[in-house]
Amino acid sequence: MAAETHLHSDLHAQSLEHDAHAHHDHHDDHEHNESFISKYVFSMDHKVIARQFLITAVIMACLAMIMSIVFRLQLAWPGEKFAFINWVMGDKWGKDGILDQNAYLALVTIHGTIMVFMVLTGGLSGTFSNLLIPYQIGARDMASGFMNMLSYWFFFLSSLVMTISLFVESGPASGGWTVYPPLSALEKAMPGSGVGMTLWLVSMSFFIVSSLLGGLNYIITVLNFRTKGLKMTRLPLTVWAFFVTAILGVLSFPVLFSAALLLIFDRSFGTSFYLSDIYIGGEALTQTGGSPVLFEHLFWFLGHPEVYIIILPALGLTSEIISVNARKPIFGYRAMITSILAIGFLSFIVWGHHMYVTGMNPFLGSVFVFTTLLIAIPSAVKAFNYITTLWKGNIQFTPAMLFAIGLVSTFITGGVTGIILADSALDINLHDTYFVVAHFHIVMGVSAILGMLAGVYHWFPKLFLRKMNKNLGYLHFWLTFISAYGVFFPMHFLGLAGVPRRYYENSAFPMFDNLQDLNVLITVFAILGALAQGIFLFNFFYSIFRGPKSEQNPWNANTLEWTTPMANIHGNWPGPLPEVHRWPYDYSKPGTEEDFIPQTVPLKEGEVDGGGH
Amino acid sequence: MAGATANLEKIEGWDGQTSPMRASYGKLFMWFFLVSDALTFSGFLCAYGFFRHRFAGEWPDPQEVFHHFPFLHGKHLPLMYVGLMTFILIMSSVTMVLAVEAGHRKNRRQVLIWMFATIIGGFMFVGSQAWEWYNFIKGTDTGAVLYENKMYLYKVDHTTHAIDTTTLRFKGAELSKEESARIIASGEKFYGANLKHNEYGHIAFADFFFFITGFHGFHVFSGVIINIVIFIMALQGYMDRVGHYEMVEKVGLYWHFVDLVWVFVFTFFYLL
Repeated sequence: MAAETHLHSDLHAQSLEHDAHAHHDHHDDHEHNESFISKYVFSMDHKVIARQFLITAVIMACLAMIMSIVFRLQLAWPGEKFAFINWVMGDKWGKDGILDQNAYLALVTIHGTIMVFMVLTGGLSGTFSNLLIPYQIGARDMASGFMNMLSYWFFFLSSLVMTISLFVESGPASGGWTVYPPLSALEKAMPGSGVGMTLWLVSMSFFIVSSLLGGLNYIITVLNFRTKGLKMTRLPLTVWAFFVTAILGVLSFPVLFSAALLLIFDRSFGTSFYLSDIYIGGEALTQTGGSPVLFEHLFWFLGHPEVYIIILPALGLTSEIISVNARKPIFGYRAMITSILAIGFLSFIVWGHHMYVTGMNPFLGSVFVFTTLLIAIPSAVKAFNYITTLWKGNIQFTPAMLFAIGLVSTFITGGVTGIILADSALDINLHDTYFVVAHFHIVMGVSAILGMLAGVYHWFPKLFLRKMNKNLGYLHFWLTFISAYGVFFPMHFLGLAGVPRRYYENSAFPMFDNLQDLNVLITVFAILGALAQGIFLFNFFYSIFRGPKSEQNPWNANTLEWTTPMANIHGNWPGPLPEVHRWPYDYSKPGTEEDFIPQTVPLKEGEVDGGGH
Repeated sequence: MAGATANLEKIEGWDGQTSPMRASYGKLFMWFFLVSDALTFSGFLCAYGFFRHRFAGEWPDPQEVFHHFPFLHGKHLPLMYVGLMTFILIMSSVTMVLAVEAGHRKNRRQVLIWMFATIIGGFMFVGSQAWEWYNFIKGTDTGAVLYENKMYLYKVDHTTHAIDTTTLRFKGAELSKEESARIIASGEKFYGANLKHNEYGHIAFADFFFFITGFHGFHVFSGVIINIVIFIMALQGYMDRVGHYEMVEKVGLYWHFVDLVWVFVFTFFYLL
């Protein structure tokens, strides 16, 4: 123990020369008798914080999923009375079991907000960046454990405020998850624009703080705390993905922050950044001279990188899981890194494709068409590399592997419709229809959730030291996968037929009458998919406490996290930090006995390190 | 102990176990935070540019707005005062550099002196900002005419700065004498600017002026508070106990950043 303490402080002192925190870290090592509060609640240990993020995200995901079932019932059987709706929404918003119209808008808005921010940004990056960055780069912990703890608690506050906003009298924010003004800027615009919208902004401010603290930590930990021998070109692709994701977050969330601050001024202090020529009850508003399109520009400057903030970690997890379970090196390691970087860069110059129909100059539109289509190249590189990694592999069909392959499938399906939507001329027809809803749900919603679930199944032994049940995992995968396509595949046809999104019901349009059966089918699959998550929840929580204990390296993987003992040790490795001698994808290397060579094994005489070239 | 021996080897670059940027993680935190903060300001300044371009005809001429100087009321001294306060802020950056340099030499007395000078510079800037706001809010002696929620400005001769109180302009276009007289008679006088009305021109100019200079002023003010904290820590000998003055360097980074942002804010509001 003394050696560990000495080494830890020694390492920090050595690598950081004269850092103020060397003293602080040294101090940390003496806190071995931690109280429950400092160990499990206000913990600064990356492993505990990862679990906190995951469990918070699971709870928020359930909330958002129940919401989707409520509004799907309304869409499939408009005006029908459901005891379930009355039970969930109460007498105020679900009188006699019929969903209130404003409540419908609120549900759609909060479903989107929770899924995009709390589950797929906070939950996905928060869980796996925290868990895997220190483990896979061979670090004792994050650069700043304290900021890491703050990052979680701001995330928790953000989730809490968003949940509280569901219970205010006038209802939560209802203007869509993109909160465009004037709906979001004027209290009188709709019921949810009052307190609900204020709470939405409060929650999002906490979220931005959390994301900034977390992101800074991830970037700096990867830069400064890699163990000896771990060059950037020996990093697992998971870490590369988290690294670029964190950079995207640090660059894009501040712009959302500017948009939100200006919005707060319009709401509360009478400025008119986003407001112009608005009449309420026949009377002109004194606020005039602004432009709501400004908000859209600022919002989507965040909003588009945000899509990649969601999908990149899922792709990173998939790269690792596919390589491990195909027992083959990832195909095109350097090409994978390049494509991550290219996607990261391109994500900042495509935001205009969300705004083709806002009166944008058609020439500018065509520029955005071009940049958007460029993203297809690195995305295709990734998709082909996954397929070629699987090609002739000795595939181990673990539940994690199934989810990872599922991601490859949905990423391609959703990507193809992305190319259609990227075209500004086609977008005139397709914008604001269910085609858009189907596209982004498949490509970032379903894909990212499948990636996240793959990660949970694969790293569950590192998270909770136990294994999840395999057969329940298979059942969960097939039901989820089939119902995900069952929901979103028919939705494309609704969109092509012109059914607009965000509408409470379409019964006033006779031309959509014959599409009602499709809506029923979608809802049936949605309910099936939701029930399937019940299997997962049971498996997840049961395995945390009762699952079979896992061996140290259950999947015979090469990366460093599997070199630590199956115990949650403060500082991750009981002895000195591991040294890295090779890239992480030496699977089935010809001329070796075992089909995997961990990164800590030195290169043999004359052996060439893979991937490095 | 094996690890300790391994550490004796000299390791550099991107191979791991070292900082490739040769900077402690604390400094990197500050750098990346500043990158993030810079993007928030960029968001605001892009929004400003968007409006400036869109309402070019109605945009006030900064030289006609900011021409006051303390104790010299009535004299037309365009941009003199803002020049002075910019100079003060840049000088405070110079004193900050000197404080950081003294920190490298671990000279506590000089760190304290230069930090103190930086704090004074910061307070002077924030005070000047308040004075600038005061004049902007108080407005000109002649004001403008507010009629049916629209702002009508008096015609101004751009070379002599003489104001013609019988002719009005609206959205950059001059009105006839009769029309002007009618509006002057039925409208009300309005002086200065607030978040809803602006006697100098387009309302967005006032909104952005208050918002962006306010946001920047908030940064300067936070910087002054942080500088005071560091000053007190240095005074109590904290840096001597930990053996280095890196904290001075970190707040120094922040302070220079705030300075740099002001150069952009200044350019956008006063020069463009």
